[in-house]
Amino acid sequence: MSSNTDLLKLIFGRLSLDSIPYHEPILIVTFIGVAFGGLVVLGGITYFGKWGYLWREWVTSVDHKKIGIMYMILGVIMLLRGFADALMMRAQQAMAFGGNEGFLPPHHYDQIFTAHGVIMIFFVAMPFVTGLMNFVVPLQIGARDVSFPFLNNFSFWMTTAGAVVIMISLFIGEFARTGWLAYPPVSDIIHSPGVGVDYYIWGLQIAGLGTLLSGVNLIATIVKMRAPGMSMMKMPVFSWTALCTNILIVASFPVLTAVLALLTLDRYVGTHFFTNDMGGNVMMYVNLIWIWGHPEVYILILPCFGIFSEVVSTFCRKRLFGYSSMVYATVVITILSYLVWLHHFFTMGSGASVNAFFGITTMIISIPTGAKMFNWLFTMYKGRIRFDVPMLWTVGFMLTFVIGGMTGVLLAVPPADFVLHNSLFLIAHFHNVIIGGVVFGVFAGINFWFPKAFGFKLDPFWGKMSFWFWFIGFYFAFMPLYVLGLMGVTRRLNHFDDPSLHIWFIIAAFGAVLIAVGIGSFLMQLFVSIKNREKLRDVTGDPWDARTLEWSTSSPPPEYNFAFTPVVYDHDAWWDMKQRGFTRPTEGFKPIHMPKSTGAGAILAGLAIVFGFAMIWYIWWLAIVAFVAMVAVAIGHSFNYDRDFHIPKEQVVKTEDARTRLLAKKA
Amino acid sequence: MTSHANDHSHGHDHGHDGAAHGSFKGYMTGFILSVILTAIPFWLVMADVLSSNTATAIAVMGLAVIQIVVHMIYFLHMNTKSEGGWNMLALIFTIVIVAIAISGALWVMYHLNTNMMPQMSESMMKSMP
Repeated sequence: MSSNTDLLKLIFGRLSLDSIPYHEPILIVTFIGVAFGGLVVLGGITYFGKWGYLWREWVTSVDHKKIGIMYMILGVIMLLRGFADALMMRAQQAMAFGGNEGFLPPHHYDQIFTAHGVIMIFFVAMPFVTGLMNFVVPLQIGARDVSFPFLNNFSFWMTTAGAVVIMISLFIGEFARTGWLAYPPVSDIIHSPGVGVDYYIWGLQIAGLGTLLSGVNLIATIVKMRAPGMSMMKMPVFSWTALCTNILIVASFPVLTAVLALLTLDRYVGTHFFTNDMGGNVMMYVNLIWIWGHPEVYILILPCFGIFSEVVSTFCRKRLFGYSSMVYATVVITILSYLVWLHHFFTMGSGASVNAFFGITTMIISIPTGAKMFNWLFTMYKGRIRFDVPMLWTVGFMLTFVIGGMTGVLLAVPPADFVLHNSLFLIAHFHNVIIGGVVFGVFAGINFWFPKAFGFKLDPFWGKMSFWFWFIGFYFAFMPLYVLGLMGVTRRLNHFDDPSLHIWFIIAAFGAVLIAVGIGSFLMQLFVSIKNREKLRDVTGDPWDARTLEWSTSSPPPEYNFAFTPVVYDHDAWWDMKQRGFTRPTEGFKPIHMPKSTGAGAILAGLAIVFGFAMIWYIWWLAIVAFVAMVAVAIGHSFNYDRDFHIPKEQVVKTEDARTRLLAKKA
Repeated sequence: MTSHANDHSHGHDHGHDGAAHGSFKGYMTGFILSVILTAIPFWLVMADVLSSNTATAIAVMGLAVIQIVVHMIYFLHMNTKSEGGWNMLALIFTIVIVAIAISGALWVMYHLNTNMMPQMSESMMKSMP
């Protein structure tokens, strides 16, 4: 008998039938829904015979545009998961007062708020931002692809692999109950002996590798592949913010990797980096993870500042006010974002000098951010403003983000922070800047660049519905939390006794429902737009009368982006070309040298999922096999010399002639 | 695009702004310096040359930093001109960030117990629930 268990342990590690949470009705229903939906999708792909198409055209593609679109799809899917968690939390807190325990027991509720935070930051905001940068930056700087196209594909699939690992935790085992940063001691092996924290660690390590590599890739692209004539100070602001964001990624993600690796050692081999005894120190974990964590929030917001800059200047038909001050503000934020991390743990117990230093640096960051805000306002001043959907999101952002920024300055005052630390005021603050900044920015970006990616605009009616429900829903959902936070209600509670607080949670839950309608409207917008795509079609490639180079090519762009590399003379290169009466060349095309698709990235990421799963469940033999296989595939891929091809001249001519005809028909 | 870029860099870039390939002499110099800089720390620790442990630790870390510079110059062929100055810029940025992170973390961690009650010793804190 005992040798039988030993054998099972050797083969399956910690994994057993008990690991499947079949006693949780919520999870069973979810699983049935997911399984059914998954079968419909897989069946549909098989029925329509699209497996080969998906593999050849998307999974193995090294085209930065397709990879960017896949990042956006990943973001939308994970947004639905993360938002489902949010709805459950809001419903629980609106119910669980006095005698009512709500519908989520504490151990489940704790997993939900952890999963919500992890998913929203790592697998919603990051893919959205990376996806937009991937799609837009090469087009905006007049390049044909990123510097390392295979690496780009690999990065995407590693990010997806991380998301898959996190999603597996829903149905096999459990997720961490530690909060989204998994502070020890609660995340150490004594207090969290289950697999939850291990899912967290391996999911983030795998995804983090992808993020880091895509950061390296985009930096190299921006530094080395700008079109001739585009000096750094003639580069579009979105590309500038993308550069700064990727510098932040490359500088800060190794810290996350290192701190999670140390936590892994603590959990797996019994070291004492973050324990309370044997010379360890839990505050070192908090310190290190925020050295990554604070730059991370600027990684998310900087590209969104770039999006707003492009949108404002396009929809006000003016050159951006204060281009160079915008660039310098971005660079200053990049550096300053490394000088503020302690404001996340003022209450640690450090002395006045430390707290004062980090409080002041935090307040200083609001100066370049404020400068940006004025630049956008002055761009709008006396502009001919068109309130299309991207501009609506931008104005909504400017109103909302200022409020979030001001509550941030309040929190930056250490004595105030001692009162507000870990309260719902903090929750309201960071949702105020992340929803008001990042989410609004991403939706502005999606509405702005969608016609570039697919050749037709998004339906404006449902876009406006989405905006107004998100905008009003946000205020309903989070203003009550400011009030509750000032009354001293702390975060992460799943039950309350004081009935006087109840009404605020009901208002917040109502806000969450409004946001749900906003998300539903966005999905409806996609559906309606695809249905009416012929009516919304744009053949010019420049539907907004925009300013930067991505609008100079067709929509969707050909796989080589530009038949001829554009030459840049001024800011807003495409606007400049239009002003000088640029005519599109229609002859003299040459064959174009392009990278070839490869399946290595997807295979490596699949092996990474297996490796992560094996490490989580202590299935050592499988972990070794998967790791060796990963190394073998990586080495094998490095011997693949068949990496590029030339698009023949005839094909380029055919593509460009088709566009010439379309443009002529339009005129 | 990768190989495309490579083709180009073999054609034009080298000698203009790309990092130059090293010479045999350069690699040997780097190698010998690295060996020396690795041997000294071993000697410092094994033979217990310096009286205090802190001094030994600081010496070892100092030699490690010098070793980093040796690698950058002789193996990575970095200088102030390589890659059109981008290498130098990236290096300065890295140094700034690493200096902020290390010195900041040390400062923060030494401040850890400042606001604890004065009579509490570290051993008392550990025995607290």
